[in-house]
Amino acid sequence: MTQKKLALFDPVLIKPAILESFRKLDPRVQWRNPVMFVVYVGSFLTTLLWVQALEGQGEAPPGFILAVSLWLWFTVLFANFAEALAEGRSKAQAASLRGLKKETWAKKLPSPQDTEHWQALPATDLRKGDFVIVHTGEIIPADGEVVQGIASVDESAITGESAPVIRESGGDFSAVTGGTRVLSDWIVVRVTVNPGETFVDRMIAMVENAKRQKTPNEIALTILLVALTIVFLAVTVTLLPYSMFSVEAAKLGTPVSITVLVALLVCLIPTTIAGLLSAIGVAGMSRMMQANVIATSGRAVEAAGDVDILLLDKTGTITLGNRQAAAFLPAEGVSEAELADAAQLASLADETPEGRSIVVLAKQKFNLRSRDIHALNASFVHFSAQTRMSGVDLGEREIRKGAADAIRRRVESLGGSFPPALARTVQEVSRRGSTPLVVADGARVLGTIELKDIVKGGIKERFSELRRMGIRTIMITGDNHLTAAAIAAEAGVDDFLAEATPEAKLALIRQHQAEGRLVAMTGDGTNDAPALAQADVAVAMNTGTQAAKEAGNMVDLDSNPTKLIEVVETGKQMLMTRGSLTTFSIANDVAKYFAIIPAAFVTTYPQLGALNIMHLASPASAILSAVIFNALIIVLLIPLALKGVAYQPLGAAVLLRRNLLVYGLGGLVAPFAGIKLIDLGLAAVGLI
Amino acid sequence: MTPHAWILLLLFLALLFALAGPLGRYMAGVMEGQNRVLRFGAPLESLIYRVCGIQREKEMGWLSYAVALILFNGLGALVVYGLQRLQQWLPLNPQGMANVSPDSAFNTALSFVTNTNWQGYSGESTMGYLVQMLGLTVQNFLSAATGIVVVIALIRGFARHTAATIGNLWVDLTRVTLYVLLPLSLLFALFLVNQGAIQNFEGYKTITTLEVTHYDNPKVDAAGQPVKDEKGNPVTEPASTQTQTLPMGPVASQEAIKMLGTNGGGFFNANSAHPYENPTPLSNFVQMLSIFLIPAALCLVFGRMVGDIRQGWAVLAAMTLMFVVMAVAAMHFENQANPLLTTLGVDAGSGNLEGKETRFGIADSGLFATITTLASCGAVNAMHDSFMPLGGFVPLWNMMLGEVVFGGVGSGLYGMLVFAVMAVFVAGLMIGRTPEYLGKKIEAFEMKMVSIAILVTPLLVLIGTALAVRAADGIAGIANPGAHGFSEILYAFTSAANNNGSAFAGLSANTPFYNVATAIAMWFGRFGVIVPVLALAGSLAAKKRLAATGGTMPTHGPLFVILLIGTVLLVGALNYVPALALGPVIEHLTLFAAH
Repeated sequence: MTQKKLALFDPVLIKPAILESFRKLDPRVQWRNPVMFVVYVGSFLTTLLWVQALEGQGEAPPGFILAVSLWLWFTVLFANFAEALAEGRSKAQAASLRGLKKETWAKKLPSPQDTEHWQALPATDLRKGDFVIVHTGEIIPADGEVVQGIASVDESAITGESAPVIRESGGDFSAVTGGTRVLSDWIVVRVTVNPGETFVDRMIAMVENAKRQKTPNEIALTILLVALTIVFLAVTVTLLPYSMFSVEAAKLGTPVSITVLVALLVCLIPTTIAGLLSAIGVAGMSRMMQANVIATSGRAVEAAGDVDILLLDKTGTITLGNRQAAAFLPAEGVSEAELADAAQLASLADETPEGRSIVVLAKQKFNLRSRDIHALNASFVHFSAQTRMSGVDLGEREIRKGAADAIRRRVESLGGSFPPALARTVQEVSRRGSTPLVVADGARVLGTIELKDIVKGGIKERFSELRRMGIRTIMITGDNHLTAAAIAAEAGVDDFLAEATPEAKLALIRQHQAEGRLVAMTGDGTNDAPALAQADVAVAMNTGTQAAKEAGNMVDLDSNPTKLIEVVETGKQMLMTRGSLTTFSIANDVAKYFAIIPAAFVTTYPQLGALNIMHLASPASAILSAVIFNALIIVLLIPLALKGVAYQPLGAAVLLRRNLLVYGLGGLVAPFAGIKLIDLGLAAVGLI
Repeated sequence: MTPHAWILLLLFLALLFALAGPLGRYMAGVMEGQNRVLRFGAPLESLIYRVCGIQREKEMGWLSYAVALILFNGLGALVVYGLQRLQQWLPLNPQGMANVSPDSAFNTALSFVTNTNWQGYSGESTMGYLVQMLGLTVQNFLSAATGIVVVIALIRGFARHTAATIGNLWVDLTRVTLYVLLPLSLLFALFLVNQGAIQNFEGYKTITTLEVTHYDNPKVDAAGQPVKDEKGNPVTEPASTQTQTLPMGPVASQEAIKMLGTNGGGFFNANSAHPYENPTPLSNFVQMLSIFLIPAALCLVFGRMVGDIRQGWAVLAAMTLMFVVMAVAAMHFENQANPLLTTLGVDAGSGNLEGKETRFGIADSGLFATITTLASCGAVNAMHDSFMPLGGFVPLWNMMLGEVVFGGVGSGLYGMLVFAVMAVFVAGLMIGRTPEYLGKKIEAFEMKMVSIAILVTPLLVLIGTALAVRAADGIAGIANPGAHGFSEILYAFTSAANNNGSAFAGLSANTPFYNVATAIAMWFGRFGVIVPVLALAGSLAAKKRLAATGGTMPTHGPLFVILLIGTVLLVGALNYVPALALGPVIEHLTLFAAH
C-alpha cells in the first residue's frame, strides 16, 4: 500500500497543503484548537488596529502594527500548514486504499455446495452471510472466510508483499480481504461483513478521521495548554492597568499599546506545541501505516508506548519457522559419515525445509555432494500422516527417516531391534529442546538426526534492547517445559510460557495486568482471540482469522510478529515528540520576556533597557523579532513533528536527561540566538 | 554573605533535617493509625467522637471530604467574625477593646481560617484576650490541621489503589490536632516563656521612660487614613512623650502555634520583631526552625506513606535547594548598603539595617524573611518594606513561587505535589510513555484539577492588583508613590492569594476596599486550590497502581529534583515577570542608576 514513500516536503503534498492552510482559516476549524484560536483573534484585532492607524488615530505607527499583524496571520497559517501537510500524507495513503474499492462484481452462489449456478451482482449489494465464488484472476469482492477450496491469493494491494499467500477453508488461513486477487484455483467465500464495514472501509475511515478524534493523552495535554493560555491571557490583560498606573506614577511615557500586548500574549502562549499537536498525532498514525500496521484508534497507538510486557510466539518470532538439522548422532557400530550418507539419500527428494537442511548439513560436515536422483534410479517415499516416515528405495536398500516410535515399529516389524543406547540418545535430544529424527536402513537402525529450533539472528540483541527500554519479553510456545527453557535461554527472553493453551495465555495476561502492567501480544488464530481481546495492545496478523482481527486493536498487514517492537517504538516516538515540543515551547518564554518586556515599557521606565540583554536594535524590532521567531519556529519544527523525535532504546532516566537537555535547555537558549539573528536581519534590511 | 550568615544557614539546615526525620516517622504513624501514642490518646479520642457523633470507621469520598472541610472552615470563620463583633460584651477584655468594624472583622476571620493571617488591624489596640485565644489561636490550630489533612488525603490518593475513599475528615482533623499540633505547641510555648515571652491576662502597663522621646506623628484624617501632601508623601507633626504603654496578654501560647502552623498572625502589630513575642536570638532561631519543621516532616510522611521514602527526600531536596538560593540572595542583598543612606554618612559596612531589630541583625532578619515568605507563614521579625529593592524582591518572589517551597503546613506539600504531577506529565511524555506518577496514570481529569489548582492563585494576584491600581480606593492606600507603591499593592495581593499573610507594610490595608478584596483573594486562594487537590486525591485513589519498570521515569533522583524546580520556576513563577519588572526590578534599577 505504501510502497511509494513520499518525501517530507514532496511538491505533490505542498501545494494542496498551502491551499488547505487558507481554507482552515474558517473560525469553526480554528475553534477546535483553543490556543491557536487566541492567535487567530489576535490577528483580527491587530488588523483592525492597523485600519484604525491608517485613518490617523492609531496607537502606534501603521507600519509596525501591520508587520505584527501579518506575522500573527503567518503564525496561524503555519500551524494550519503543519496540520494540512500531515493530513495530506495520510490522505494520500487513504487514496491508495480507496483504489481497492473499485467497482467489483461478485458471483453469488445460492448455497456453498452449488458452485455452478452463480449470479453476477455488484459487490456493494453483498450482505453478511452471502456465499460467493471467486475464480482465477478475479478480485475477491468482500471480506470473508473461505468455506471451500484452496487458492493462492495476491494480497500485495493491502500488504505490499508481492509473494502470494495460500488461503484455504478451515484452520487459521481462511480469512480473505476484499480487494485482493485470486491468482490460481478457486474458492468459495462466505461474506462476513456488510458493505461499508469492510476492512478497507475501516482503514480508510481510520486514516481520514485521524485528525478528528483526540487521543486521551492529547486531551490531557490540551487542557494543560489551555490553562497556560488562560494564565498568560491574565498576565497580558492586567499589564494594561499596571502600565497605566506606572505612567501616572512616573509621569513619563505612554501606556503599553494593545498591539504590543497581543504580540506578548501570542509569544507567551504555547503556540509551538499547539500549532503542531494535531500534526504530530496524524503523523504518528501515518508512520504506523508506513510500517504496514493499521491501528483501529489513536488510543491504541498511544497505549503501545506504555507497554511493559511483550508476549511473543516462539515460532516465527523468536525462532525461524522451521527446524534445521544440527547434528548426526550415529548408533553403536555406525560411523557418523555412514549415517550422514543415508540421511542425505533419504532427504534428497524431501523438499521440506527440514529435509533440505539435512542435505546441507551432510554437505557441510562430510562434503557429500547432492547426487543425481535419476542416475541413482531411486524411488522416493513421501511423508504421510499414517506412516510418519519418508525415505528412499534404492534397489534393495530401503532407507527411512522419521519419528523414533514410527521407526521402532517399522524396524521391529522387519525383525530388527531398536538399540537401547539410541533410545537414550533420542530422549536426550528431546530434552535439549530439539527434535530427534531416526534413520534406518531396512531393519538396521543407523542413528539419529538432531533437528534444532534456530533462533533468529539478532533477536537476542533486540530483546536486550527491549530490556533497556524497560520492556520484558515472554515467549509463548506449545513446546514442553524443557524445550521451551532451552530456547528461552538461547534467545535471551526474560520468561516463557510452555505448553501454552489459550486459557493459559489469557490467565498470564490477566495476571500481569492485575500487577499493574500493560501487555502487548500478537496473534493470528481464532484461539488467540480471547487473549488478544484481553491484551492492552493486540496486533493481529493480517493472515489471521477474522476473529483474531476483530479482537485485536491493530492489524499487521505484513503478518510479521516481530513488528510488535516497531509498534511500541512508534507509539513512544509520538509521545516523545509531544512532550519534547511542549517543553521546548514553554522554555521559549524566558527569552521572549527578555525581548518584549523592556521594549514594552521603555517609554515609561528607560532604565528597563538594562533587561535588554540581547541588545536588540529598537523596541519595535525587539517585539517584531520575537513575533517572527514565534511564527518561524513552527515551520522549522514541522519536519520534527512529522518524523518524530528519534527514539533510542535507552532507559527512562537516560532518555529524560537527553531530551531535557536538548529540548529544555535548547528551548531556553535557542530563542535568544534566534531573536537576535532576526533582529540583526531586520536592522540590516533597514525595516526598523 | 558573612561567615556568621553561612554558619547560621548551615546550622539551621542541619537541625531541620535532624528533627524532620523523627517527626516524619511519628506523623506517618499517627496518620496511618499505627503509632503507639494512639493507644494513650484513645479514651480522649473516643470521647470526642462520641460527643460529636462521629462514625470513625466510615471513610469519605473526595467530594464529601471537600464539602465537610469547607463547612467546617466556614463555620470557623463565622465564630471568629462573631467574637470580634461582640468582644465589647465578652469577658477577658481588660482594655475594653471596642467591637471590630464589619469589614475588618470579615477580613480577619477569613484571614485566620485560611491560614493566611494577613492582619489589617493592629493586635494590641484591636483584639481582646478572648478573641486572641478563642478566635485567632483556635483557628491557628484548625487552619494548620486543615492544610495537613488535605495533603494527607492527597498522599492517600497516591498510596491507595482502586479505592473509593480518601479518609475520614473528622478523624484526620482530630488526630493531627491532638497528637501533632497540641504537644509540639505546648513544648514550644514553654520554651518561649523560658526565653522571656509573656503569658498573662493582665491589663496594659504604663511606665515612665528614662528619656523624653521625640518623634514624628503621622497625621490622620477623620476616616483614620493618613493625610498626604500634594506629592503624595504622608504629612507628619512633631511630638514627644515620656511614658510608654506596655501591652500584655497570653502571648507565648499563641506564638507557638503561630510559627508551627505557619500561621504568622502576630499577637502584636510588630509580630516577631516584638520583644514579648520573640525575645532573644535563640528564640528567633527556634522560631525559624519551627516554621519549616512540619512542612519538612510532611515530605517524609509522604515518602513513608507511598512506600518509598526516596520520593519524599526528592521533594524535600527540591525545596531545600530553592530555599538555600533564596536565603543566600536575601542575606546578600541586605548586606548591601543603601546608597541613599550612605550619602548621609551612614557606615556602608553595616549593610541595610533600616527596619531591622538590632538584636537579630542582618543575617537573622534576611534568613527569617526568606523562611517566613517561602513557608506561607507571614510572621516577620523585620520590616520587608525597608529591605533593599532586591532584598524585598526575594520575599515577594518567594510567595510568587506559589508557597510550595516548604510552604504552609500541608498546603506547601500539596502545592508541590501538584507541580510534581505537572512535571511528570510533560517529562513522562518525553520518555515516550503516557505520564504516570508513583504508578498512577495522569490523565485528562487529573490535568484539569492540576490546571485549576495552578491557575487560581496567579489569576487572583494579577486581577486583584489590576483592580487595585485602577480603583481610587486602591491607590488611596499607597504610602509611597511611584514603582514602590506598585510593589506594595502587588505584595498585598500576592501575600493574600498565596495565603502567606506577611505584609510589605507601607500599604494602608485596613480599608473596606482592601479588607474585602484581600479577603476574597485569601478565601479562593485557599479553597480554590484545596477542592481541586481533593478531587485529584479522589481520582488518584480510584486508579490502579502500575508497577514500576525500567521504562518508568524515576521520580526520586537528582534529575527529577531539577525537573521539579524547573517546573515551579517556569510554570509557577514566570507569570509574574512583567509585574515584577514594573515593581521591584525598576525600583532597583532606578535606585542604583541614580546613585
